[in-house]
Amino acid sequence: MSEQKAIISVIGVDRVGIIYNVSKLLAENNINILDISQTILKDIFTMIMIVDIKNSTNDFNILKEELKNLGENLGVKIDIQKEDIFRAMHRL
Amino acid sequence: MGFAFEEIEETIRMVQSEKLDIRTITMGISLRDCSGNNADTIAEKIYDKITRKAENLVKVAEELESEFGIPIVNKRISVTPIAIVADNIEKDEFIKIASSLDKAAKNVGINFIGGYSALVHKGFTDGDLNLINSIPQVLSETERVCSSVNVATTKAGINMDAVALMGKIIKDTAYRTKENDGIGAAKLVVFCNAPEDNPFMAGAFHGVGEGECVINVGVSGPGVVLAALSKLPKTADFGQISETIKKTSFKITRAGELIGRLAAQRLNTSFGILDLSLAPTPEIGDSIANILESMGLSKCGSHGTTAALALLNDAVKKGGVMASSYVGGLSGAFIPVSEDAGMIEAVEAGALSIEKLEAMTCVCSVGLDMIAIPGDTPYETISAIIADEMAIGMINKKTTAVRIIPAPGKKEGDYVEFGGLLGHAPVMKVNSFSPKDFIERGGRIPAPLHSLNN
Repeated sequence: MSEQKAIISVIGVDRVGIIYNVSKLLAENNINILDISQTILKDIFTMIMIVDIKNSTNDFNILKEELKNLGENLGVKIDIQKEDIFRAMHRL
Repeated sequence: MGFAFEEIEETIRMVQSEKLDIRTITMGISLRDCSGNNADTIAEKIYDKITRKAENLVKVAEELESEFGIPIVNKRISVTPIAIVADNIEKDEFIKIASSLDKAAKNVGINFIGGYSALVHKGFTDGDLNLINSIPQVLSETERVCSSVNVATTKAGINMDAVALMGKIIKDTAYRTKENDGIGAAKLVVFCNAPEDNPFMAGAFHGVGEGECVINVGVSGPGVVLAALSKLPKTADFGQISETIKKTSFKITRAGELIGRLAAQRLNTSFGILDLSLAPTPEIGDSIANILESMGLSKCGSHGTTAALALLNDAVKKGGVMASSYVGGLSGAFIPVSEDAGMIEAVEAGALSIEKLEAMTCVCSVGLDMIAIPGDTPYETISAIIADEMAIGMINKKTTAVRIIPAPGKKEGDYVEFGGLLGHAPVMKVNSFSPKDFIERGGRIPAPLHSLNN
C-alpha cells in the first residue's frame, strides 16, 4: 500500500516551538510530513500538516492521545484525523 | 490529491465550533426469528440476538469517532415492531419482553432502543392491542425502551379508534412518570406514514421490509447551516439562501455517508440509509428556530415561518440527495420545541403557538415534537391533536408524528425539565374547546383520493 494520509490540525495562541515540538513527536513515531501550512489570524495560530502515517510505529489512537497531550502542554488544541473525511466532504 | 487550507479549516471549524456531528448510528436488527410460545422464550431469544448482533456497535462507533474526528453522539438500536414478534402474548406479559430489550440495550452500552411498536393504521390484532395497552407500564418501568404506534397512512386512512386510544395511552404514560414531568411520553411517538428505516428516536423501528441487520446513520448540523447563512449579506435573495443550504447539507451528508459505510463494513453488515435531518440540540447556536430567524424573521413563529421552513427543508434534501446514494428515514428539519433553545425562546416570547407548529409540520420532516401541554388536558383533546396531525400526513403523503407531553400537575407557563438531549420546555397553551364527541365516534377516516389535487 502506498501512502496513508492523515491531517493534523493545531489551533491556539501562537508561541515559540509549536512546529518544533509537533515535528519532533512525529519524527519519534516515524511519521513523514508531506505538507505544512499555517496562518495567524487575530492572534489565533492555525497550522495544518498533511502527514503519512503508513509507517507509524504507534497505533493511531495512541498517536492521537500523544498529540492531544502535547497540545495541552503547549496550550494549543491538536487533533489528527484520517484524510478520507476531507475527501468525502470536499471532493466529488 | 491535496486539499486547500480553507477546505481543511472549514471541516475542522464545522466540528469544533459549529457542532457538526453524526447524531446517531442506529443498528436495525430483525427480530422476526425471535417468536415463541411464551413471553419468557421470546424475551430470551430477543436478548441473545440483540447482544450478539450489536456486540461491537459502540466499539466501532468510538473507533470511527477517533479516526475521523467527528463526534458520534448516539449509538442506538431499532428492532422489528414488537407487536409482530410477540403477537400471541398477553398484556401483562409484555413487560418481560420490554425488560429484555432494556437489559440488552444496557448490556451493549446504547442509550435508546426503538421498536416497542405496533402498526395499526388499518386495524388492531389482539397482540397490537395488548402491546399498546402495555405502553404506559413499559415506558414507566424501563429506562431505554422507546415506543411508537403508526395509526395512519396515505393508503389506508386514519384508524380513529387507535387515535382515540393513543390519547389515553399518552396521558397514562405521562401520569405514571409524573415524578419526572411525564418523561415517559417523551419516549412515545404516534405516526402517520412511519418510515421503516428511520434511525432517530423515539420513533425508530426496523420495518418489516428491511433485511436481517443494517446500519442507518443520522447526521445533523443546524449550527453549520446557521453559520453558513450568517456569512451571507443581508440582501442575499432566496436563491442564494437555498444554494448555501444545499452546499452545506451536501458536505454534512458526505461525512455521514463515509461514517455509515465504514461502520457497516466493520460490523460486517449492510449499510441501509443516511438520514439527513437537521436535529437541534438544546445548546445555543444549534437551533432550527435560529436558522429561520436568520432569514429575516424577528422571531420563529411569526408569519413567514412556514415559508422559511419550507425553503430550509427542501434545500436540505436537495443537497443531501446528491451526496448519498441512499437517503432515507425522515430527512429534513426537525422542530422539537424542548430540544431547541430558539423554539423555547419563541414560545416564551408568545410568538410560537401549537397552531403555528402544526402549520409548520406541513412542510418540515416530521411533526408536533416534544411539546409540553398542561397535565389536565383531556384525553380527547390529545387525540384530536393527533387526528389533525395524522390528517396532514395522510393528505400530503408525508410522514407526520406527534410526541406530546401532558405534564402532570403543570399548567400553561410552567416549565418541564427532562435533562440532556430532551431538554426543557415551557408548557404551551392548548385550545380549550372540546372535540369529545368527534373523538368518541370511532371507526376509520377513509384513505384520500389521489387525484384532483387542489
